[in-house]
Amino acid sequence: MSVRTLPLVFINLGGEMLYILDQRLRAHNTSEDNSEKVLNDIVWTMFSKPFMDELLKPQQLYSHRTLKTVLTRLAHSSIMRLNPASMDRLYELMIMAFKYQVFVCPRPKDLLLISYNHIDAIRELVKDTPAVVNQVDETHRKIIEVYASSSEGEFQLLRQTLLIFFQDMHVRVSLFLKSQVQNPNGRFALLTSGPVPHRVDVPGLIRTFNSKGREVRRSEFPTGGSYTSPIREGSFELHGDRVIRLGTNMYNVNHPEETHTSKVPSVKTDDAPNLLAKEELNLLARLMGSMKAENVPGVETGFRISLFTTDQEEEEAWVAFLFLYSLSSLCGVINIQAMQDEQAATELARIAGQFAEREEESDNPSSSKGDDLLAMMDDL
Amino acid sequence: MYHKEKSIQIKNSASALYNNLSVLRIAPRRLTYFTVVHANVVNMVSASWDGLNYSHRQLQSKEPNVATSTSLIMQAAFCVLPSRDLLVVTSQKGIQMYESDGSIMVYWHALDTPETPTAQAVFARGISAVWENYICVGVSSGSILVFDVPSKGSNITLSEVLEEHKESITDMASECSGSQECIADLVSADDGGNLCVWKSGEEFQLLNKISGFDMSCSSVKLWKGTVVAGYGTGQIRLYEAVTGILHAEVNAHARWIYSLDIAPFSGLLLSAAEDSLVRVWHLTMTPETNSVEVAHLHNECVTDTQICGAKFCDGDGYAFAVTGYDLSEIIRYTQS
Repeated sequence: MSVRTLPLVFINLGGEMLYILDQRLRAHNTSEDNSEKVLNDIVWTMFSKPFMDELLKPQQLYSHRTLKTVLTRLAHSSIMRLNPASMDRLYELMIMAFKYQVFVCPRPKDLLLISYNHIDAIRELVKDTPAVVNQVDETHRKIIEVYASSSEGEFQLLRQTLLIFFQDMHVRVSLFLKSQVQNPNGRFALLTSGPVPHRVDVPGLIRTFNSKGREVRRSEFPTGGSYTSPIREGSFELHGDRVIRLGTNMYNVNHPEETHTSKVPSVKTDDAPNLLAKEELNLLARLMGSMKAENVPGVETGFRISLFTTDQEEEEAWVAFLFLYSLSSLCGVINIQAMQDEQAATELARIAGQFAEREEESDNPSSSKGDDLLAMMDDL
Repeated sequence: MYHKEKSIQIKNSASALYNNLSVLRIAPRRLTYFTVVHANVVNMVSASWDGLNYSHRQLQSKEPNVATSTSLIMQAAFCVLPSRDLLVVTSQKGIQMYESDGSIMVYWHALDTPETPTAQAVFARGISAVWENYICVGVSSGSILVFDVPSKGSNITLSEVLEEHKESITDMASECSGSQECIADLVSADDGGNLCVWKSGEEFQLLNKISGFDMSCSSVKLWKGTVVAGYGTGQIRLYEAVTGILHAEVNAHARWIYSLDIAPFSGLLLSAAEDSLVRVWHLTMTPETNSVEVAHLHNECVTDTQICGAKFCDGDGYAFAVTGYDLSEIIRYTQS
């Protein structure tokens, strides 16, 4: 499948991650300085030349596990720390948002406009730091250049590759459920009305021609939908009106429950939060050789953030945590998936790691008590 | 005109790939086989006509080297030849051919993959049986591989490589009209919407090239010398194969068309797209005036689903089946 997915995957998922982090940081009344620092550091790493150059190399899409690891490293290039369960939840939200955007994308080339919406918003988030803005602009220019010659068919292949990656994920997102873009069963709504995409004719017409090429007959048929003419095309330049709204920040209004997710009980996905996440991440880190697995005491200059906590969640989470901890100590087998992927991503993770302020400390289970607990799966 | 029947559940959901459903009707055994691609797996279901027995099988894409990453399958299609039926599976790594029940792999052809990936993706896509003993498979570079298939056994050989298309092949179709002599018996389509019309033989002959309009042709069919092509713009166009004359143009769908099928005995046409709609049309050929009429007959909406495969289950178009992205079932419709 497409070998050009990674740059767009990181820009869009990274963008969604920044939207969520920005919203949660504000909801937690984090100081402006800290918030700005966190977001700036992540954007700086994400849009850095070595990181982007690595992504721009033609290659297959990573597995979910690998992608999540690299995104975790990205988040940790700031002074903020997220524990694995927090990251799982964040990842689900990011993925479902991007899945929705890719799914309802009017035409495949609009994937670029969705990416540019993310880039525009990111630029806005870091606008007070010119050095970072420059970095974003440079990367944006490179992206424009790389995808300039791709045909609609190639964009569709890219989109199909992403859709396969998102397949069978139906995590319900409260914001989507509320606005009815997602059904209670987790599937996204598809309208049979509204403007058709650019270059598409409104359905309903049959034209017949003679051998000289002249139209001899036209007739109409019932479409079963109510479509209208296309709206104007968005801009593919560095700056401009993108027209489509997909990829813009949907968390702008500050409602804490908007970042809630829940699993649909009957759906089994490959990406159920890994019960061995902590063990696996440590093992993965050792494999990549770029992360120390022991505690590094006394270096606490950063701050911990718990993404999704209310009193009730905290209680539920404590119960769930005990269950998970006991489970993880029973299971001895760790499943390594797609070794090839992870080796390929080593370089990327190493580059991201270079931007980390200090080596990561592993999570000591007993110190995860208290305010670091989160809401776990609703059906646990 | 059609009503919905009981769906067939499949083991995995269908992937968003063009023409992601293949159907083989086995009249002597009163069975129909269906294949649906999910990532690197082909789901096969054998359904008895009385609706009582379903058996499932899964085929994995073949890896020449275990250490390499999973190979995604682009398409699986049944190829019906006079002497035998084969199931052809195309992936990023190459082409596999199985006996039609999926029990034995009879042939494997590896694609040339460069050491370090280049900007152009590598895969095989577009499958068609042609005339008596050929199976043609398209490649992402635009080449078409022509395989010579003996009436039994695994001595399948690559007979020719057709280099005419410059963009990735999307779909291919042939006209298997049995004893009727066809002038053109193969049409190939690519990502630029270009169509090539061929005459099969020891050396395939290019009869005509119909230029695209820079929009991918995702699905193509050949019937009574007419090419029926579905495009990313949602349009269906009918061309006379040998001359390239445009007979008709239909603004059929609001999104990318993913699948077309024709029931050869009745002239029914099935079109399905990402807009969640399946439409049934009727084609009438009038040789005297050299014209083709297209009449719309029926719509089915598969709510909230981007359809990726739609095929008639029989030559008259009495029944058809549909698959959709993220859907773990084959939806069936029968004439009322």
